[in-house]
Amino acid sequence: MTVRPKHQRLILAILAIVALVGAVLLAMWGLQDRAAYFVTPSDIAAGKAAPDKAIRLGGMVVKGSLRKDADGLTNRFTVTDGAKETPVVFRGITPDLFREGSGVVAEGRLDSNGLFVADNILAKHDERYMPPQMANEAARK
Amino acid sequence: MIAEAGLAALWLATALAALQLALAFGLGGEQGRQVAPIRAVAVGQGLLTILAFAALVAVFLRSDMSVLLVAENSHSQKPWIYKFAGAWGNHEGSMLLWVTVLAIAGAVVALFERRLDERTLSASLGAQAALALGFFAFLLIASNPFERLDPAPLDGRGLNPLLQDPGLAFHPPTLYLGYVGLSVAFSIAVGGLIRREVGPAIARAMRPWVLAAWIMLTLGITAGSYWAYYELGWGGWWFWDPVENASLMPWLAATALLHSVNVLAARGGLRAWTMMLALVAFSMSMVGTFLVRSGILTSVHAFAVDPTRGSFILVLLTLYIGGALTLLALRIADVKEGAPFNIVSREGGLVINNLLLSVILGVVFVGTLYPLIAEAVSGEKLSVGPPYFNSVASPVALALAALMLIGPQLRWRRDSAPILPRLAPGLLIAVVILVGSIILWPAIGILPRLGLVLGVGLLPASVMPLFGRSLRRTPLAVWGMVLAHLGVAVAILGMASDSAFTREKLAASRPGDTVSVGPWLVEFKQVMPAAGPNWTALEAELRASRGSGVTVLKPQSRFFPDPPTTTNEAAIDTSWNGQLYAVLGERDEQGRWQLRLWWKPFVTLIWLGGILIALGGALALLGRLFRERQQRRRVEEAYE
Repeated sequence: MTVRPKHQRLILAILAIVALVGAVLLAMWGLQDRAAYFVTPSDIAAGKAAPDKAIRLGGMVVKGSLRKDADGLTNRFTVTDGAKETPVVFRGITPDLFREGSGVVAEGRLDSNGLFVADNILAKHDERYMPPQMANEAARK
Repeated sequence: MIAEAGLAALWLATALAALQLALAFGLGGEQGRQVAPIRAVAVGQGLLTILAFAALVAVFLRSDMSVLLVAENSHSQKPWIYKFAGAWGNHEGSMLLWVTVLAIAGAVVALFERRLDERTLSASLGAQAALALGFFAFLLIASNPFERLDPAPLDGRGLNPLLQDPGLAFHPPTLYLGYVGLSVAFSIAVGGLIRREVGPAIARAMRPWVLAAWIMLTLGITAGSYWAYYELGWGGWWFWDPVENASLMPWLAATALLHSVNVLAARGGLRAWTMMLALVAFSMSMVGTFLVRSGILTSVHAFAVDPTRGSFILVLLTLYIGGALTLLALRIADVKEGAPFNIVSREGGLVINNLLLSVILGVVFVGTLYPLIAEAVSGEKLSVGPPYFNSVASPVALALAALMLIGPQLRWRRDSAPILPRLAPGLLIAVVILVGSIILWPAIGILPRLGLVLGVGLLPASVMPLFGRSLRRTPLAVWGMVLAHLGVAVAILGMASDSAFTREKLAASRPGDTVSVGPWLVEFKQVMPAAGPNWTALEAELRASRGSGVTVLKPQSRFFPDPPTTTNEAAIDTSWNGQLYAVLGERDEQGRWQLRLWWKPFVTLIWLGGILIALGGALALLGRLFRERQQRRRVEEAYE
């Protein structure tokens, strides 16, 4: 089946548009439940974060709240934004600059009891190395 | 003095860029439009920019703390290689490197381009000058690398320890060569559209640049991926970080362009589409620069947030991309029809290749920019990460891999011979692997399983185009294609194997304890202090054994005094069938150390595949250049 040149250009143009629309639809479908919202302890207290959805929690690690379980691997601490607090549990090696009293962003999910189960901890390095989102959070305070 | 000389060279280069633009678009009258003076100006601009960049490297090597940039990013007690590479380990320096590559690319075009007619070449050099002018202005106005600091501090603030790695000397320059190499394809497309000369000649002039830029992007991405893998200590090789996406998007566009430019050069088809891809590819480079340099996205690469710089680049971006696409829209009706082809043909296969690559580019683009758009529209902060990208991009990528089983074996124009015999070897192996993998490893996910199947099936399918050819007379470009496609197969196998078979162990252990991960038994011997040129460390000694093989791993927790920072140095043991990866955490009150271990079977294939892809590109590039030279010589001999 050889297509006449005129039609060929039309077909190619239609294919390109179909691909573009397809990409956008695919992206929208993917974004529906796979974008992780950035929340603060106040957002959680206000019920803005549904349990079991991927979210990022940002704030400061409360001084004196960091404890390790007996297994030596599970860290428990509290994150605050100055107004509210959220308990966090994280099993693994914390980043180098993770410490009490400094900023943190935790990736994970909220369980049904209001405990934030983190799969990943992003700690801030120095001022020049702060993730912009956290800088904004800090600036808001 | 060196800093002032560098700044002066930068200003002069800017003036030459303005002159080049003016000459190219006729402000010097008909005579000024001749290409010879424009060529000279472009070369001068390139040389001056090299001078400016050399000045920056010099002030870094001399640790001249009276230069603000050096004081903020360097330290006199640093090994010289990091002083050298530190010149571009910061915003201003890396932008200067960017512009330097841009100006050099323009100069090389001016010196060596002989395929384009004079008018088109002038217009292309004009477009290149317009690009340079904008980014020179950005440097001089919003990010002057030579700014002085008075009084000069006694010493600098040091370089981020994460960046103190040989990777810094290699990764950014390679990536920038790739990003900015695409500017030539952009400029030639603009030149061709302005002169209404869109045809095979344009494609042939563009092709070596696309290939070279694509090779550099491939190497840069491969190196960056390995760097992140061993330096960040998270055991992952791709994080879908916005900055990684910023390098992936130009690569996807360049890969599509690389394939379509061949259709245009060889068959005269896909004219408008190829021009659009050339514009899109460099636009993606600029978007990538914007994403990284404006610090607008949450990312490990985002050094600093500076709204003026962000808006400056955004204006440049709008100007260039908007201008180029408007030009394309105005001229698209003048672009001639290409030669017709059957749907089942090499061209048809390449069209589908291009469409699938465009879909991947589209979903990565939307996912990367969505957080920005969402925040601008609704004020909500969110991040889009691996769950999104893996589930939308991977299936399309696997479909593309499936197409690779057949596409390279189709003939140009029309292919009416039965396809099944050519497909058989790849398909047969794929089915065997599929059935075998279900029996052996029933638990692995669908995507890694398909990756294993397609990766293995692609090995013979990639080599198939060589069958029935006289190997000695096969052009280098075909060898290049075969090698690059093999590289894709190898990389897919590595990715699939890593996600299907990786074993991870997290343990709190005392010296003397033994931990098992995959086939390995890892004995924790002791922790000792260690020291380097500008750091001290605690170093664990791990004795890992499996069967008869024994190896020692020494992961470290490093402390850098200037600025005070701790980093983890992972220890990696590479064997023929995978890597054992160890990270040392902190010590608890009971004297136990946290250990994180991974066994990653065949993970090295990912980067080996990347290197093969780049090598294939290099073969194709050499083959093309060599052939053109021969042809030119033949034409010259015919005239004599």
